[in-house]
Amino acid sequence: MADQKNPPEPPKSDGVVLSDEQKRRRRARSIAIASVLGFLVLLFYVVTIVKLGPNVLNRPL
Amino acid sequence: MPPRDRQDMSDISVSMEKPGHAPEIAGGMASPSDYIALLKPRVMSLVVFTALVGLVRAPDHVHPVIAFTAILCIAVGAGAAGALNMWWDADIDAIMSRTRKRPIPAGRVTPKEALAFGMTLACFSVGVLGLLVNALSAALLAFTIFFYVVIYTMWLKRSTSQNIVIGGLAGALPPMVAWAAASGSVSLESVLLVAIIFFWTPPHFWALALYRADDYARAGVPMLPVTAGPDETRRQILLYTLFLAPLAFVPVLLGYAGIAYAIVSAVTGAGMIWLAVAVYRQRTGDEAVRAARRLFGFSILYLFLLFATLLVEAVIPGI
Repeated sequence: MADQKNPPEPPKSDGVVLSDEQKRRRRARSIAIASVLGFLVLLFYVVTIVKLGPNVLNRPL
Repeated sequence: MPPRDRQDMSDISVSMEKPGHAPEIAGGMASPSDYIALLKPRVMSLVVFTALVGLVRAPDHVHPVIAFTAILCIAVGAGAAGALNMWWDADIDAIMSRTRKRPIPAGRVTPKEALAFGMTLACFSVGVLGLLVNALSAALLAFTIFFYVVIYTMWLKRSTSQNIVIGGLAGALPPMVAWAAASGSVSLESVLLVAIIFFWTPPHFWALALYRADDYARAGVPMLPVTAGPDETRRQILLYTLFLAPLAFVPVLLGYAGIAYAIVSAVTGAGMIWLAVAVYRQRTGDEAVRAARRLFGFSILYLFLLFATLLVEAVIPGI
């Protein structure tokens, strides 16, 4: 009876376990993506300044 | 959504998967260098160089930051096209010795990862070029990527021996994209730059295909030496070279280029014709392979010298 009320739990799975090499590569990919995104932010900032020049501060309130 | 529609959508997603495409891998194993390899850096360097010439020779002054942005977007767009090309061609890349170590056939990048990477970069490069530079150059870049991936890679490459002739337009367009980025328009001189690369492509690639014909035949790619035979390829190489050398001299006749370009174009053009004649005459044995290799190697130097001279003449007027 007790077994019917509390069926045995399935064995716990650790899911996908990455090897050290996979973790190292994932970290390298993350750093690369972060660098590209940071560069894009900088590029948009600089191009905005170049295109608008002093007018970047000149906006009607 | 009705089940019928859901089924249709899943059919679409399935149809994007090419059977026998690449070894089954779980994904997530690639390093950043594998993704850089997907961009075909050597092709990208040629694109950057020819685009730089188009940008510098355009009549309008462009701010260095905008110029840098334009060249960056063109380079990334070319890389995106390269990644999508590798995604689609992974099955034949796995067969050919020249390409079997590429990231997808080597099993370091999954086809889905390459597709997502290529599409993301293609959208970003066109979008950023349109937002930060101008709409015409963005439209031309989008057309270039579309032409290379859909017209050349998906359609022409496996269906006709004229694949690299027509598909060569995609590789020829970057100077015009850069010209449009600088001036907001296109002109006869930019068309001439495109035409020089366009007519340079067949003798360049067919020289390579002559000594790689077995590879292409094994992969089922109908390159001219495979479908029409090496002798007809040699004849076509000579004909295209005889048209290319005078065409590369036209900028001098139209007043776009100076004396330095005239000399370089005449001398190297004569060199191209000399080597093409050698390929035409040497038809058997190691000497035939050596002649094709010489023409292939010199054709790269030829295009580099033509565009480098145009670049120098634009930067240092009066040469």
